[in-house]
Amino acid sequence: MDPGLYNYWVVIVLMMSGLYVVIARSNLVKKLIGLNVFQVSVIMFYISMGKVDGGTAPILEDGFEIYSNPVPHVLMLTAIVVGVATLALALALVVRLYGAYGTIEEDEIAEMDDQDT
Amino acid sequence: MIEHLPILQILVPMLTAPLCVLSRRPLVSWGLALAATWFALATSIQLLIRVLAEGTISYELGGWPPPWGIELRIDLVNVFVLLTVTAISSVVLTAAPRSLEKEIAEQRHYLFYAAYLLCMTGLLGMTATGDAFNVFVFLEISSLSSYILISMGTHRRALHAAFQYLVMGTLGGTFVLLGVGMLYMVTGTLNIVDMGARLGEVGPNRTVLVALAVIVVGTSIKLALFPLHSWLPNAYTYAPAMVTAFLAATATKVAYYVLVRFVFRVFGVELAFTALRLDAVLMPMAILAMFIASTVAIYQSDVKRMLAYSSLAQIGYMVLGLSLASVTGLTGGIVHLFNHAIMKSALFLALACVVLRIGSTKLDDLRGLGQRMPLTSAAFVGGGLGLIGVPMTAGFVSKWYLVLAALEGGFWPVSVLILLSSLLAVIYIWRVVEVIYFQSPPEGAAAVKEAPWSILVPTWILVGATFYFGISTSLTVGVASKAAALLVNGDAP
Amino acid sequence: MINLGLIDVVLLAFLVAITWAIIQLRDLFAAVMLTGIFSLISACLFMVMDAVDVAFTEAAVGAGISTVLMLRTLALTSGRSNPRFNRLELAPLLVVIAIGAALVYGTFDMPRYGDPQAPIHTYMAPRFIEQSGDEVGIPNIVTSVLGSYRSYDTFGETTVVFTAVIGVFLLLSDPRRGRRAGDALRDDIILRIGTKALVPFIMVFALYVQFHGDYGPGGGFQAGVIFAAAIVLYTLVFGLARAEKIFRRRRLELLVAGGVLLYGTVGVVSMALGGNFLDYSVLAHDPVHGQHLGILLIELGVGITVAAVMVSLFFLFVRRRQV
Repeated sequence: MDPGLYNYWVVIVLMMSGLYVVIARSNLVKKLIGLNVFQVSVIMFYISMGKVDGGTAPILEDGFEIYSNPVPHVLMLTAIVVGVATLALALALVVRLYGAYGTIEEDEIAEMDDQDT
Repeated sequence: MIEHLPILQILVPMLTAPLCVLSRRPLVSWGLALAATWFALATSIQLLIRVLAEGTISYELGGWPPPWGIELRIDLVNVFVLLTVTAISSVVLTAAPRSLEKEIAEQRHYLFYAAYLLCMTGLLGMTATGDAFNVFVFLEISSLSSYILISMGTHRRALHAAFQYLVMGTLGGTFVLLGVGMLYMVTGTLNIVDMGARLGEVGPNRTVLVALAVIVVGTSIKLALFPLHSWLPNAYTYAPAMVTAFLAATATKVAYYVLVRFVFRVFGVELAFTALRLDAVLMPMAILAMFIASTVAIYQSDVKRMLAYSSLAQIGYMVLGLSLASVTGLTGGIVHLFNHAIMKSALFLALACVVLRIGSTKLDDLRGLGQRMPLTSAAFVGGGLGLIGVPMTAGFVSKWYLVLAALEGGFWPVSVLILLSSLLAVIYIWRVVEVIYFQSPPEGAAAVKEAPWSILVPTWILVGATFYFGISTSLTVGVASKAAALLVNGDAP
Repeated sequence: MINLGLIDVVLLAFLVAITWAIIQLRDLFAAVMLTGIFSLISACLFMVMDAVDVAFTEAAVGAGISTVLMLRTLALTSGRSNPRFNRLELAPLLVVIAIGAALVYGTFDMPRYGDPQAPIHTYMAPRFIEQSGDEVGIPNIVTSVLGSYRSYDTFGETTVVFTAVIGVFLLLSDPRRGRRAGDALRDDIILRIGTKALVPFIMVFALYVQFHGDYGPGGGFQAGVIFAAAIVLYTLVFGLARAEKIFRRRRLELLVAGGVLLYGTVGVVSMALGGNFLDYSVLAHDPVHGQHLGILLIELGVGITVAAVMVSLFFLFVRRRQV
């Protein structure tokens, strides 16, 4: 066991839990929750690698010498925004799907799709 | 102005999208979008000429040198992809209004055109950029807008297809993000060229191996490589006709380029194929895609869906070219990227004509189409011949190089398999030809007019291109072979 | 020496527990609330790891917007997931365990957590930390990198938000007028006066976050979200009809597009003045001054687009009638 990798391992557990929800759950909202967990864990991965021992937030100020790496923070700000944009679009699709099929369970939607053809 | 061409080609469609939103009128927004796409096409031709003359172009955004700033990097490989994307976008958009009128309410057209431009922006942006994280940003622009475009189909299944694609696409995008993060972690840089150079020093360690796997999985989802293809058939089948013609020819092609770029530019032949044996995974997948998808295509009762499965098979050809890891193989893959884009959009545009006049792409409804819509039917046959790979068509050229590459690499059974899978294409195309030419129209079918010129002319331009590039290969093979050499042997400074 | 705080360990363990609770829950409302808590705890963790801007954004987005939109979606659809589909699925479980194992294998050659000698800390970052103060001239390095060095990414990010709202406009705007929602609170005088007093303060705070992003955590995106929160509050109390009179669809579209155009225009102007796209140094006689001006303007563009997008999303989801 290497404590220096603890963060990354937990990130992987979270990521895989999210992925499991996406694959195994049929409810569309639940899938999106899983997707959200999946994305947040990747964000956690980046932020973890940006941390420097004994560092402080990357805002220049007198009296501080060591700063954590700002680059992963910048990248992840973008990733969070991309995530919420995707979620908004996905939820709009869920609302429309409910209007068209009367359910938000993917298995039921798939059954109806099969009957259509 | 000339030095700004790399960014202008992305920027013009990107800023025309909000202008479309402001204009609100269907015709005005179409005009704006049309001007932007044709401008982008002209720019990419200009860029091709410059790259051929002067070599790779780098453009530093914000004036910051890489790796601190983001650079656009146009070389022979991506300028070819840019040309493909802009050419198809322009031609399809030119044909779009009549078909859209039938499928989407007119007061929404301006938003549709904005989404179309954004999708194009995303595709151009991820092709042109020289920064690995920037690939992800533009990937998401193109992905979100393609979900939107697909969801605009008239059938409720379009919504479901868009949702499925959204979930798969987001997983793919996030995998790419994770892979880029791992590479950033071991190299400390985000610039693709820089990353490649520094990765050579790091060597094939465990993190690099997993990063490669994660990126290959992520891009394979966007590329719809077997067995991660499940989103594609429904998305292509239920999207509006014009959207299918656009996406089928561009989105998967750019994803292919991203895969090629990461494999050859970041990891390099040595690392990806010798140390990490990527070919051992990709080649079987490519061959399975060629056979399974072609076989499934034969059993489809809807022609649009049949062509969607055919696309999966064609993706198999392109990936096969990559997996051979040789100049000839990649030449075949890159040429096929271009050729398949033209042929498939020609075929899907012909289907757009059919949807417009007949209202269905079910094989049964197409009986006797040869008499009812002779020009559309002939265009379909033209594109179909290309798809099979009949000599004198573009499809023949790319398959020829793939067969050569397989023989060169000592994989003679693979070259036999390429020929066999082409036979499957003969079967599924013939099924359609038989129905449209050798069966009489359904009883009591209403008389239909031939499709309007506004769609027929663009369709025939693409069909013409299918034959032109089957005979004259100096542009396609000429550029692609140099591009492939660049990828395999590395950049000459 | 590995410095792994106890708080870090505990918070991460919390996240895992919440995720597993989400997997099991049948009640979707509860699952959504847990997702909000998940985001809040993540934000705390980001704070612990020195990512203050990211923490701020994750809290505003994950616990704010995402939760509101998900709850509204549930209200419009159905709140329970079908238990028939809530079993433990073996095949997906094996798939994720296999992928997870592969990923863990990949961690062994990673630089250790907090190691100051890791490549990312020694290669690109030093220039940002040591020179951004002189080159860009603002203390918040994250804002420098985001607004100037990697401004093109941020332009792309703004475009992503713009793209999403186009999609939601296309999917949810219904030509038929919807039932007015949110009128119920109007009669409560305390709420009305309280809201009237509060909304300006929230907006001022939004402006503070907008323009203070150079010095502390914050910037256009966070400001836009906070500004939208003020409007949302106003709408909840005074009803959609009144709010929509101020923020008509046409005006919202104008703002959404306007912010993106403002961002792009800054870049085009810098091209016209002889620089590359988004090179702010040419915007003023003094390069550092130009950087200031450029970052100010593009952050404003981001703020406008994000605020208008968030308000539009809220209106579109609220106006939608229950089917």
